[in-house]
Amino acid sequence: MVLGLNILIGGEAGQGIQSLGIILARTMTHGGLHVFADQDYESRVRGGHNFFRVRLSDKKLSTFSKELDVLVALNRETVTIHDNELRDGGFIINDAEQTKVQANEKKYFNVPMGRIAEVSVKNKLMSNTVAVGAIIGLCGFDFSLLENVLRKEFARHGEKIVKDNITAAQAGFIYAQDHSEYNLGHKIHTVSGSATRILINGNEALALGAMVGGCKFIAGYPMTPATSILEYMATKGQDYDVVAVHTEDEIAAVNMAVGASYTGIRAMVATSGGGFCLMEEGLSLAGITETPLVLVLAQRPGPATGLPTRTEQGDLWFALHAGHGEFPRAILAPATVDEAFHMIIKAFNIAEKYQTPVIILTDHYLATSYATVDRFNLSEVVIDRGDLVDGKKLSNGKDYRRHIVTDSGISPRAFPGQNNVLVVTDSDEHDESGHMIEDAETRNLQNLKRLRKLTGMKAVMNSPKIHKVSGAELTLIGWGSTFGAISEAAALLQEDGIAANVLHLAEIWPFPEEAVTSALDNGTKKIIIEGNASAQMAQLIRRETGIIIDNYILKFDGRSFSPKDIVDRIKKEVL
Amino acid sequence: MPTEKDYAESIPIAWCPGCGNFAIIKALRKTLIELDIEPNQVLFVSGIGQAPKLPHYTKGNVFNGLHGRTLPVATGAKIVNHKLVVICIDGDGGAYGEGIGHLLAAMRRNIDITYMVHNNQVYGLTKGQASPTSDMGFVTRTTPQGAIQSLNPLALALASDVSFLARGFAGEIEHLATLLKMGIEHQGFSLIDILQPCVSFNYKNTYQWYRERVYKLEDQTYDLSDKLNAFKKAQEWGDRIPIGVIYKEERQVYEKQLPALKKMILARQKIDPLLFETLLDEFI
Repeated sequence: MVLGLNILIGGEAGQGIQSLGIILARTMTHGGLHVFADQDYESRVRGGHNFFRVRLSDKKLSTFSKELDVLVALNRETVTIHDNELRDGGFIINDAEQTKVQANEKKYFNVPMGRIAEVSVKNKLMSNTVAVGAIIGLCGFDFSLLENVLRKEFARHGEKIVKDNITAAQAGFIYAQDHSEYNLGHKIHTVSGSATRILINGNEALALGAMVGGCKFIAGYPMTPATSILEYMATKGQDYDVVAVHTEDEIAAVNMAVGASYTGIRAMVATSGGGFCLMEEGLSLAGITETPLVLVLAQRPGPATGLPTRTEQGDLWFALHAGHGEFPRAILAPATVDEAFHMIIKAFNIAEKYQTPVIILTDHYLATSYATVDRFNLSEVVIDRGDLVDGKKLSNGKDYRRHIVTDSGISPRAFPGQNNVLVVTDSDEHDESGHMIEDAETRNLQNLKRLRKLTGMKAVMNSPKIHKVSGAELTLIGWGSTFGAISEAAALLQEDGIAANVLHLAEIWPFPEEAVTSALDNGTKKIIIEGNASAQMAQLIRRETGIIIDNYILKFDGRSFSPKDIVDRIKKEVL
Repeated sequence: MPTEKDYAESIPIAWCPGCGNFAIIKALRKTLIELDIEPNQVLFVSGIGQAPKLPHYTKGNVFNGLHGRTLPVATGAKIVNHKLVVICIDGDGGAYGEGIGHLLAAMRRNIDITYMVHNNQVYGLTKGQASPTSDMGFVTRTTPQGAIQSLNPLALALASDVSFLARGFAGEIEHLATLLKMGIEHQGFSLIDILQPCVSFNYKNTYQWYRERVYKLEDQTYDLSDKLNAFKKAQEWGDRIPIGVIYKEERQVYEKQLPALKKMILARQKIDPLLFETLLDEFI
């Protein structure tokens, strides 16, 4: 039997939805379960409607589900908005005093969370802790699982907060155990022998991956949903000799990272669409000065400020064409939290080997969603800093030419401050020695040299993920963070007797036209599933391969695709 | 000890004959030689304009970047190798126009960089438009009704808590070299505004115009640490224009606050993925 449970905690901003959601998710991770947790919040600090959704299984999960088993309502809106998402047999953990929903139907499990918190620790704010205690009680887990997580999560707030949270959680736990009619033990139980798993979100995976991959410098200006990358590297990086600079604007951030990289270390920036607009000239600068640069572009819906706390895949064309002039770049769009970690390490290797910008294209959904993944094996991490000159071997600085023309287009790098070497580069077109020029011949040599690097880059790109099933009549195509939803949609279609292949692109540029052509050249109906209004990947596929995509399933309302959304729309719009 | 030859031009110079830049580069070469700094210890960062071509006309490590973005590049570089002598060169357009936000931030940050601003009160490279420091009413093809109120870089720098502020004049090479020397030796951010006639496009602020007006602060009793008085001096423009060190203070230097730079320069630090096992534990 497949174990599974889907819980949504909803309430206002400021009610601690996210921190309690993470505690629940972490407790389940400790219980040996696979977790996928996503969140939805508004662009405000207090009030509104926010939720944190935790999906659990004994099988690997890579996306959320909308069908709920348990709805934890900390306010009335949670009930009215999510009531219709309950499965048959699902129920609402309801605090009538807070939600003002007085109901005696079976689907309301009335837990006076506020009152329990008041009585147990004299602090009504801990009603959310009571809720988590109640869920763990309903699942029939050992309370110590939750207690350990609470201890760890609240340790920095002092012993009193730790104790109060444990007491409040225990009160909820006991209350739930007294109401066995809502028991969840038949749906979920702890699984032993999986202590190697960690729970991490997309931005954490990128920030951690960057530092593991040797990034020693990040510069940035806060912008949702990229901010937590800068925050993580600033706070954690202090102990690992990583420098994080909160700059005056995004223009400063990208130029600072370029200056840092030129001087000899791995440097990055992280931003969203608006910030990336400001970084474009700097991107172009990295291109002509052949300075390695990793740039995380965490997409949110635009244009302009758009929907700041929501998701979209609307910046694929932007990432592809950003910056004036022609220069090589790579675009990597991780499919999962796990892949985000490994991909940013690869991004640094590509950036340094080919001395050019690499864009990691994520979105709000991937940035803020948590998943359990196998603990990253740090001993397997490969660092390739590319072709570096040993400064000591150069007898005279004049011998070194930063932009020497080579067959591969790669000119060995040296750094300022290395013995005898003078490293000269320019945003003007320049000669091999880095000095500005005007003549046509040198311009052609340098421009072609830079663009030649694309050939080498293409060879290090991984092929798209292709999942083939026998007798497939459809091919579902996607890119980036929609991988989990599309894969699960294909599995759901299979259950309904509809066979669908999946083609998913994560390493997007240089474009893998051969792999895409061979995956699509099979007579299946080709359906693109994208989080934008223009079918940007479909157009890119056509441009690069000549293949015309048959159907578009597009979504640009700021919300992410669920597997069921995709299945329903394919049935309605395609079949 | 380096010589004139070590700082000779790398490529032919493209400035107009008689340009103030020739005097400024002479003062800079002299300063570097006197301070016994070898070209490979120097990083010149510049933007776009006539002045920012300067690094190509001497020797050193060079990052000639975008218009107005000199200071961010230099800041990144200085953090990664704080042993480098980082000298930034821009004109008044790049420094006080396009890049003004970065200048304010750099002065607040107080990173140990020397910023030479060749202030000729006009755009040279794009041929004669008004700059942020053009005198009010200065008529050009982009300002046919006359330039708006000019920006006062000295007052602005003082208001941004700059830790070293000086003004030089391209007509006084020895004096300028002394200011550059003090600026480079100063621990923290140094702004050196250099009055420079533009022989092609500034028909008003000529060598003659300046010679009649500039006077040296060191020729009178002047307290470098008196900020209010410095503000007063910064307001002087017109009949009498002060040159010299306007203000100086010792203040916490940005890169010295960074724990990552305590052991050794960042550029020399090894990459070791295994160090991060302890961080992974936090995700359990």
